[in-house]
Amino acid sequence: MKHNTPAQEAKSLETLFFTFFKIGLFTFGGGYAMIALLEEEFIQRRKWLDKDEFLDMTAIAESTPGPVAINSATYLGYKLAKVPGAATATVAVCLPSFLIIYAISLFFEQFTQLTVIANAFKGIQVCVIYLIFSAGVRMLKALDKSPFATGVLAAVMLVMVGLSLAGVSISSILLILLSGAAGVAAWLIGRRKEGK
Amino acid sequence: MFLKLFLTFLEIGAVSFGGGYGMISLIREKVLLNGWLSEAEFLSFIAVSESTPGPLAVNMATFIGASQGGVLGAFCATLGVVLPSFFIILLIAALIHDLLKYAGVEAFLSGVRPCVVALILSTAFTMGLSTLLGISTAAETPSPAWRGIGILALLAIIRLVWQKAKGKAPSPIGMILLSAVLGALLYQ
Repeated sequence: MKHNTPAQEAKSLETLFFTFFKIGLFTFGGGYAMIALLEEEFIQRRKWLDKDEFLDMTAIAESTPGPVAINSATYLGYKLAKVPGAATATVAVCLPSFLIIYAISLFFEQFTQLTVIANAFKGIQVCVIYLIFSAGVRMLKALDKSPFATGVLAAVMLVMVGLSLAGVSISSILLILLSGAAGVAAWLIGRRKEGK
Repeated sequence: MFLKLFLTFLEIGAVSFGGGYGMISLIREKVLLNGWLSEAEFLSFIAVSESTPGPLAVNMATFIGASQGGVLGAFCATLGVVLPSFFIILLIAALIHDLLKYAGVEAFLSGVRPCVVALILSTAFTMGLSTLLGISTAAETPSPAWRGIGILALLAIIRLVWQKAKGKAPSPIGMILLSAVLGALLYQ
């Protein structure tokens, strides 16, 4: 990256803050919608990054834990202005959410005590189940269809639904870590076979 | 309480792959386990988080934190969910840029990806069972919520028709608004 004077650095932190604040304020639909906006802002408008770096960023943001939006903000902030940049971008992208949701939370309980609103929310609750299910189906379509992936998918669904119907609770965290370990094991076995 | 909010969301932020929806099964477990929200309240919170701007995960953390401990609760939960991302990404950006290129990491992720999809689908399934059929374990007798089932069927039909006509799924916010109207009319 380019080397800046302190004055330019302060300026670029300010720009980073307002850019990410704007992105946090105007993206509906979470991380993936945000990536499209980031691309427009950083590659096309400001030319702060080239296409390859941006693709790298997207791959990293999607394959590390945590919200995609936060991951991208931290990464781009760091690329543009090191640790202060990462902190600035991350705070800026969260701030609109925080303020808006906190304001809503102040009135939410009284609001849902109105009968008509409470009834509307009974309908909305059904819709959320539909939304989660269709997000799952969308991700299912994007998944690679190797026998291993299909096996993990089927096993985890069976365990989750089976145990929950049996009234036993199991931690998703454990299942995520086990599946990751299964991935590593399958890879090691595959490599062993190739070696012979 | 504040520490518990912080630590719970720190844990969620550290192990949730696959973005906002990937987080929902984890958040649901924690929230129900701690008795912070009922299933119905949790679903309402998701709807509000989905219809306001910003990342779903941050919105959910702020909302749940605020409902339990006001502004400080909201702050603790949000900080918790963001910190793991922040440090992991810093580490990658600054030191181990090629992390994703290690075959072992890719192998780990190849197991995690289908697992996350399975978690999302089974969460939707168990939520559907408890909200629409009134069963959370197999031992219970189903008590179907016909109006809810009707709304779900209608949403599914609209989605199919829309997809055929426009070539893409209808927007989540549009569907939330529609189901709000249906709810207000049907549950009178």
